[in-house]
Amino acid sequence: MIRVVNINKSFSGVNVLENISVTFKKGKTNLIIGQSGSGKTVLLKSIIGLHDIDDGEIWYEDTLFNGLDFEGKKALRQNMGVLFQGSALFDSLTVEQNVMFPMDMFTNKSMEEKREQVNLCLKRVNIVNANELFPSELSGGMRKRVAIARAIVLNPSYLLCDEPNSGLDPKNSILIDGLIKELTEEYEMTTVVNTHDMNSVMEIGENVVFIHNGKKYWEGSNKDILKSDCDTLNDFIFANSLAKQLIVRRN
Amino acid sequence: MEKFLSSLGRYVLLLKKIFSKPEKIGIYYKQTLWEVVSLGIGSIGIIAIVSFIMGAVITLQTAYNTENPIYPTYLIGLGTRDSIILEFSSTITALILAGKMGSNIASEIGTMRITEQIDALEMMGVNSASYLILPKIVATLMFNPILTILSMVVGIAGGAIAGVTTGVISLQDYIYGIQYAFIPYYVTYSLIKSLFFAFIITTVSSYQGYYVEGGALEVGRSSTRAVVFSSLVLLLFNVILTQLLLS
Repeated sequence: MIRVVNINKSFSGVNVLENISVTFKKGKTNLIIGQSGSGKTVLLKSIIGLHDIDDGEIWYEDTLFNGLDFEGKKALRQNMGVLFQGSALFDSLTVEQNVMFPMDMFTNKSMEEKREQVNLCLKRVNIVNANELFPSELSGGMRKRVAIARAIVLNPSYLLCDEPNSGLDPKNSILIDGLIKELTEEYEMTTVVNTHDMNSVMEIGENVVFIHNGKKYWEGSNKDILKSDCDTLNDFIFANSLAKQLIVRRN
Repeated sequence: MEKFLSSLGRYVLLLKKIFSKPEKIGIYYKQTLWEVVSLGIGSIGIIAIVSFIMGAVITLQTAYNTENPIYPTYLIGLGTRDSIILEFSSTITALILAGKMGSNIASEIGTMRITEQIDALEMMGVNSASYLILPKIVATLMFNPILTILSMVVGIAGGAIAGVTTGVISLQDYIYGIQYAFIPYYVTYSLIKSLFFAFIITTVSSYQGYYVEGGALEVGRSSTRAVVFSSLVLLLFNVILTQLLLS
C-alpha cells in the first residue's frame, strides 16, 4: 500500500500539486487520470522520489519515504519497478542485458540463474527470441514490454507506470493494460498507473484518482466513474462524443 | 556571478556523488574497460595524425626561422622536442580530446537524461552519477598519459620525416638535437598536466550532459558548452600548472 498525505509541490512559486491525499491499494491497479498538465506526472514522480515534495507525507506501508535518507530511499527503490513513458531502456545494452541489469547490480546470482529469471520475465511479457536485440531494433510495444520485464525482474512490491500506453496503437495499448493488471494480481503488487487513456480507465481502473489543476477532484472505481456528478471529471471523460457513446454502450 | 557560483556548487556536488561508494565494483570494472576502448583507444587515430602533422610543421617552421650560419642545425631537433614535450603533446592533445571526447560524453549523458534513462537508474537504486561518470574518469586518467606519450613519439617522428625529406636537417643532426640537453622532468611535467586535463575534460563534459533539461536541441547545446568550457578550464589550468611545476 502507498499512502500520500497532504502533499504539496511547486515549481518556481507555481503550485503544481495542492493538498493531495490518496491511498493506493495493494493488489489493485490504481490509476491517476487527468488531462495533460494537470500534475499527474509530477504526482507520480513525487511518489517515487524523483521530485522532492514541499510538504506532506508519502508512506510505503509503515515507512515514511520522504523521511528517509539517500541510502534508505535507495534500499526502498530496489523494491519498486518503474515503467517510464518512453520505456527508458538503456540504448547500449541488449534486451537480455537490460532486463538483467537490476540483478547484476543488486544480487549475487550466477549467470545461469540470472539468465533463467530474465527468460522467465521475457516470456511472461510475451517477448521471445529477442534477447540479443538492441532497443533501437524493437517496436514501441515491444520496448514497453521489455521495460515491464525489467521492472518486475526483482519481484518488486510496487509497480509504477507513467503513461504506459503513450505512442501505442489501440491493440498494443490493450495488451499492455492487460499485462499490467495480470502482473499486479499475480505478484500482489501495489500498482499505480498514470494515464489519460479512457480505455485503460474502463479496462483496468479498479481505483481511479482524478487530478485537475494540481488538485484531487474525484476518487472511485471505473464502475463509479460514469455515475459521477463531478462536472470537471465528466468534462474530461466525455471530451470526445465518440468516447461517450462507446463507454455508455459498453456499460 | 551568482549563476557561476551556483554552477560551481552543483559541479562540486556532482563530484561528491561521483566519488561516493560504488554499488558493485565488478560492474564498474567492466564499464571502465568499455570506456577505455570507447574513449581511449578510439582516440588513437586522431591523436596520431594531428601529432604527426604538428611535429612536421614545428620542425619546418623552426628551420625557416633559424636560417642562420651561427645556429647549429641540431637546434631544430631540440626546438621540436621541447615544443612537443612541454606544450603540444599535452595541451593540444587535451584540446583535441576536449572536442572529441567532451562532445561525446555530454551528448551521451544528455541523451540518457532526456530519455529518462538516468531516472530509471536512480529508480533502481543505482547512483547514476557514479555509474555513468566514474568509469569515464578512471578510463581517461589511465589512457590520457598514454595518448600524450604517443603524441610525443609520433610528433617527434613526424618532425624527423618532414625535416629529412625536405632537406632542412639531416637525420643525424635531428637525432643529436632531440638528445641534446634533454631534461626528463619535462616528460613528467607533461604527464602530470595530462592527468589534470583528463579529469577536467571528463568531469566538465559530464556535468554539462548530466544536468540537461529539455530535448534534442538542449543536448546539442550542452555538447557545445562541454567543448567550450572544458577547453577554457584546461587552458586556465595549463597556466596554473606551468607556474606551479616549472617555476
